[in-house]
Amino acid sequence: MSAGNGYKVIGTRPVRHDGVDKVTGRAVYGGDTRLSGLLYGQVLRSPHAHARIKSIDISKAQALPGVKAVLTGADLPKTGDTIVDLGEGPARLKYMSDNVLATDKTLYSGHPVAAVCASNVHIAEEALDLIEVEYEVLEAVLNLREAMKEGAPQLHPDMTTQEFGEDTGRTSNLATHFQHKLGDPDTAFASADVVIEREFNTATVHQGYIEPHNATAMWNADGQITIWTSTQGSFAARAQTGAVLDIPVSKIKVVPQEIGGGFGGKIPIYLEPIAAMLSKASGQPVKLIMTRPAVFESTGPTPGSHIKIKMGANKDGKIVAAEAYIAFESGAYPGGLVGAAAMCVFSCYDIANGLIDCYDVVLNKPRSFAYRAPGSTQACFATEHVVELLAAELGIDPLEFRLKNSATTGTRRIDGVVYPKMGCKEVLEAIRDSEHYKSAAPSGPNQGRGISLGYWFNVGLQSACTASVNNDGTVSLSEGSTDIGGSRTSIAMQFAETLSLDVDDVRAQVVDTDSIGHTDVTGGSRVTYATGWAAYKSALDVQAQMCERAAQLWEVEVDQVAFEEGVFSSGDKSYTFKELSGHLDETGGPVIGRATVNPDSGVGGSFAANIADVEVDPDTGKVQVLRFTVIQDAGKAIHPSYVEGQMQGGSAQGIGWALNEEYYYNKDGQLDNSSYLDYRIPTSLDLPMIETIIVEVPNPGHPFGVRGVGEANIAPPPAAMAGAIADAIGVRLQELPMKPSNVLAATQASEGQAALAAGG
Amino acid sequence: MSKIHVQTTINEEATEFLCEPRESLLEVLRETLGFTGTKEGCNDGNCGACSVTLDGVLIDSCLMLAVEAEGKSISTVEGLANPEGLHPIQQAFLEHAALQCGICTPGFLVASKALLDHNPEPSEHEIRHWLAGNLCRCTGYDKIVRAVLEAAQTVRASA
Amino acid sequence: MQKLTEGQQQIPVEGSTVRQVVEALESLYPGFKDRIVEDDRIRTEIAVAVDGEVVTSGLRARVGAESEVHFLPALAGG
Repeated sequence: MSAGNGYKVIGTRPVRHDGVDKVTGRAVYGGDTRLSGLLYGQVLRSPHAHARIKSIDISKAQALPGVKAVLTGADLPKTGDTIVDLGEGPARLKYMSDNVLATDKTLYSGHPVAAVCASNVHIAEEALDLIEVEYEVLEAVLNLREAMKEGAPQLHPDMTTQEFGEDTGRTSNLATHFQHKLGDPDTAFASADVVIEREFNTATVHQGYIEPHNATAMWNADGQITIWTSTQGSFAARAQTGAVLDIPVSKIKVVPQEIGGGFGGKIPIYLEPIAAMLSKASGQPVKLIMTRPAVFESTGPTPGSHIKIKMGANKDGKIVAAEAYIAFESGAYPGGLVGAAAMCVFSCYDIANGLIDCYDVVLNKPRSFAYRAPGSTQACFATEHVVELLAAELGIDPLEFRLKNSATTGTRRIDGVVYPKMGCKEVLEAIRDSEHYKSAAPSGPNQGRGISLGYWFNVGLQSACTASVNNDGTVSLSEGSTDIGGSRTSIAMQFAETLSLDVDDVRAQVVDTDSIGHTDVTGGSRVTYATGWAAYKSALDVQAQMCERAAQLWEVEVDQVAFEEGVFSSGDKSYTFKELSGHLDETGGPVIGRATVNPDSGVGGSFAANIADVEVDPDTGKVQVLRFTVIQDAGKAIHPSYVEGQMQGGSAQGIGWALNEEYYYNKDGQLDNSSYLDYRIPTSLDLPMIETIIVEVPNPGHPFGVRGVGEANIAPPPAAMAGAIADAIGVRLQELPMKPSNVLAATQASEGQAALAAGG
Repeated sequence: MSKIHVQTTINEEATEFLCEPRESLLEVLRETLGFTGTKEGCNDGNCGACSVTLDGVLIDSCLMLAVEAEGKSISTVEGLANPEGLHPIQQAFLEHAALQCGICTPGFLVASKALLDHNPEPSEHEIRHWLAGNLCRCTGYDKIVRAVLEAAQTVRASA
Repeated sequence: MQKLTEGQQQIPVEGSTVRQVVEALESLYPGFKDRIVEDDRIRTEIAVAVDGEVVTSGLRARVGAESEVHFLPALAGG
């Protein structure tokens, strides 16, 4: 079977290699880890939004029968002023370590303060109730704008604001302030025919993966630590755990189990060092699984934001200037994600003059972490709103307006990056050419249609592959990218394509940190791209070695051996790959191909767009999604079903973000909705079928043209939904989520205004 | 806490176990009996990852005490396939790529089978309504619904 | 960065490697190098792009006569 696109394997839809295990319940996820002598752990968490820990008495907990060990932050190695660098810049080790187990202060409701292991999880939970913590409750701040003000309760007395790369020496909750500037926005705004400025707020939302965080650890008598965990990055987990425990990574092996969703939230560690320390204290393996409330209360949600967008355009329809003010919640510790928002906010458009002003703010919520294209969704919601208003003001069709201003090859973004070949225009054209867009917009009462465009830059980073040729012509392919969406199959497909093998003859497995070269996280939309590169290069390595073996067998020079369509040949002699692999033992032994990559060039970004049709219930404000299309540039879809899956998944999350999801804190700074009942993510009943259109503008930086598709698709949905709601009820909302109460209030306000205007 | 002896049937096999009164069926399935196919997503009956059937009725096993299994018949994801092969629902999920991370998949498979046992020809809306108690964060449900539609056809055709 | 370069957004310099470019910028704007380099390596929170492509060879990366070198924050994703 071939894809009919010139490729034998790429573009086909094989059943994934781990599929049978996953539909029969045999796949081992982190929480399924079973070891003899396993103990069960649980974590005690602070109920206070901001408090100083005065004392912790663990004696009663230790005395409970069945309890094997109790830990507090005092048991972790002292961090002092140590700075660590784990790949995303210098960070204070104290921040990372304190987030695992607090030492002097707790900074959010849910902040871990102690941990217990016992012979079963119920005894561990009982023991938590016996731990006596004396807190001095401090004033808390959970509102972004309040946290930025002079005199706000300060989370870190010694944290000084970094402004434009310099330490200002000023202490406040503002961790970082920086700007990107291009051209001369002030002059450009002054001469623009139309200038529109709007302000936006988006609520804190969570990645919402169905599998809670988990970690199982065994600290052996010889000092070797093994950790089984559901993680987006085994090497990242190893490095972070080593830093917190002050142990060299050579003593830590991370065995990635299957992972039940991550979306960026399972890149940071939470439980691994605790499991390891409890194992050391008890002499047995210890498993910890986070409770669902703890997942919401204590693990990194994505930043809530306060954004201002100003854009200016001329009568001819050209955007001449753009300005963004973006303030992001960083949660309890600095190092937030506003930089990523800056790289996306105006990145769909060719704008010669711009200023992006960014603020990273700490406040008493859990430390923010990445959620699928972090920052891009918030930025897109804001920018697309103003783009629509500009188009309306100029009397230009909104899609035409976007096409006219579309970023293209060679466009310079306001953060300075110049685009290589990418598919922004093509994605817009795909909107225009789609059946959905060409169909009549829903025209019933309270019905409407909206479109939007979003972006994510994607990353490369390091990956490694080894490929062992079996003597029956199959290949065992080892890689280190934990598989959260079917990627091991896409990696196998790229390997198979390179050597003209059947994809079922390539057995792909995700292996532990002792068994493969350093591989960076499964995130940043990088796996199909970068680990794919490693698979491709390791296939070429296998090919070269097999050619040498054939040369030996046929007693010719290696440059007289050709390889084409799966066949090695020289003169009138030929072997298929299968046949030749039966001769490896007589030509020097096993063949193992390998490759490591850190792609130096050619990470292609991805643009994604939506068309949304909605109906608003005028009595409740509830928004029903009638029809939804997602369009995305995949460069080259290796396995189209899984590319579609990414597009649909990001769309569903974006719709939830648009219509309903938010963190509700009570007046004591405690999260009120830390359950799936009240943190309401979309169910099957909330969504229609999600139509997908894959655009392929090949990425010149990848052998098959791949662009990562995991993330960009979560950027445009809230903007498309806002546009559709505006079309339905005449009000364009500026706050996320656009929940029923807000939509209802807007509908009533709009009707009230219409009634006034009509003199009624 | 002394344990209670429970006799029950799981996936058509007579089974017995000891459990504490406070242990849920989900816990016993996973920790005591080794049936880790049934997953814990929330432990408060809101995500459906722990779905099993109890005497043919779809339930969240996190909301049931293990002692209540006495004399009942329980079906888990491990009981779907047989030596001849996968159940049509499992096959349909694979072919439609109706799973990404797969953690919700056992729950969806059990729930879908319960639906088809109850309504062999469900419409798209009926499928979405029935499965609304199973949360998925990865797929957006599109391919899941398509897989169930196809499985329904396959099951009807082979009936 | 522009604060370091007195408001200039684009600065022409001589150099055939990123290292030479950084040294040239340091001589024009003292203190610049410290912001980009630590222990003879590009700081990990900074990515370097040459002609629009992020390079991983840091200071050793080759730069052509008409090349554009760009310093950006290093970010990943979710």
